[in-house]
Amino acid sequence: MIYTAKHGIGKAVCGEALVAHDGFSARYDLDRINGVFSRPTHKLAGHSYRGKILILDTAKGGVATAWMLHEMAARGVVPLAIVLNSVNPILAQGAAFGGVTLMAGFDGDITAHVRNGANVALDPAARTLRVL
Amino acid sequence: MRLDELEKAMQAGELGAPLKRALEHQIQVGEFFGAADFVPVTQAHIMADTESLGEAGVAWLESLADEGAKVRVPTITDPRGTDFAKVSVLRHTEHMLGLERRTIEAFKKLGVLMTDTCINYQTIQSPARGESVAFGDTGVVIYANSVCGARSNYEGGPSALAAGLTGRTPRYGFHLEQCRRSTVSFRVNFEPRTLNDWGTLGGLIGRLAGDYWQVPYIEGIETQPGSDALKHFGAAMASFGSIAMYQLAGITPEAQSSPSVSHRIEEKDVRALAAAYASEREIDVVVFSAPQLSLYELRELAALCDGRRFKRPLLAVTSPQVKPDADRFGFTARIEAAGGHVLAGMCFYQSYAREIAEANGWRRLATNSAKLVNILGGYGYVPLLASMEQCVDAAQKGRL
Repeated sequence: MIYTAKHGIGKAVCGEALVAHDGFSARYDLDRINGVFSRPTHKLAGHSYRGKILILDTAKGGVATAWMLHEMAARGVVPLAIVLNSVNPILAQGAAFGGVTLMAGFDGDITAHVRNGANVALDPAARTLRVL
Repeated sequence: MRLDELEKAMQAGELGAPLKRALEHQIQVGEFFGAADFVPVTQAHIMADTESLGEAGVAWLESLADEGAKVRVPTITDPRGTDFAKVSVLRHTEHMLGLERRTIEAFKKLGVLMTDTCINYQTIQSPARGESVAFGDTGVVIYANSVCGARSNYEGGPSALAAGLTGRTPRYGFHLEQCRRSTVSFRVNFEPRTLNDWGTLGGLIGRLAGDYWQVPYIEGIETQPGSDALKHFGAAMASFGSIAMYQLAGITPEAQSSPSVSHRIEEKDVRALAAAYASEREIDVVVFSAPQLSLYELRELAALCDGRRFKRPLLAVTSPQVKPDADRFGFTARIEAAGGHVLAGMCFYQSYAREIAEANGWRRLATNSAKLVNILGGYGYVPLLASMEQCVDAAQKGRL
């Protein structure tokens, strides 16, 4: 199955999806040292995001993610890519600065279409997400 | 994106490698959002605490500064990650302080003004209606767009610095008239009385509104809010919902009636959000921060502290512009006579919140900031939301 996004940035990647209908903010939601979701109320609390393709609903919270994706990438404790239904400028700026693949804006709720643990391929230039 | 002659020269590297990289970063972001061109900005505001930057971000800033880059429009900073005068209270490590010093030096070389404030609209210069700016703190952006009628997107640190260097930002989002119209409408049957009421109401609206591209229109509030009330209202709305602009009927300059009410909010809804954080009554620390306190908030806090002696630490965080006045008027002395601490130029959650919790044994934190309780859960705290008066009581008694 192939889904088309309105926005894409970064290089093509392929990997395991970590999926939830919840928001994303690097400062609010993550223990960035240990690479896990740490906000107790987040649907992915306790899950490791390292090397995963995060598929979530929307960008939340503040502006720190713009720096933090770069910092996380420098330590290698970073998601492989981030996929969102709705994106804010901070995620786009952070992805551009940190070299993290980002796609956003699908017809329908992408978190309902991709199964947790599925293998997916992202091609930001073509704006496609393919479930393998 | 369509580029003018100066932008083409920047892109070609004729004005140096740092400007070329800054503009290319902005083009990448602008094209992501479909921007047609750039809009000149009059000022930029950079969020850059070193917990966010890490070693990699600090080294990147130093490299940029060593190349001789200079900002071309007034560019100021959001709070830093410490107050060097209060390190013994916070227990920041030498490593953290070293990163802070390096960052400050790099920013100074870049020509950035170290204002270290998230209330620049109260302390430095409030933007005028229609003025395009590149602001980098969600609370600052939502205040500028909503209350001032200025125009800004959320500009993360690297993008805000790029805007300072190039003097422009991609024209998308809240720089465009069509993105500033209300998209979702709220009828509020509740009169906020305290700053935490305003913050909680803002948080609730932010949570319901959903995402960055929504502009809530809010009607039904008869209470006249002041700048501090709108500060807490907007900061919480931005924090809970990533909202960058709201319209408050009869108050904000671009408020236009919305076709139909999408959500009705009663007092019980606001109380329920606050109560969701009250899982414990014992507290370890009281914090007033996020946003930094105005002179009037410190005046109120000083009056509440008179005649008390605190069992638990109480931290009140303000800007470097307000602190000297708080000292002159005796507010600092009155708060500290009760055992509190007045800190300047930092913000609690931007100051290695997890590490200072571990160093000081702080877990249960009382505050009147809805924004702060929304953030701190992820840092391992059990935050409690209450009024300023209740928080001061808690510092004295050890429980809410």
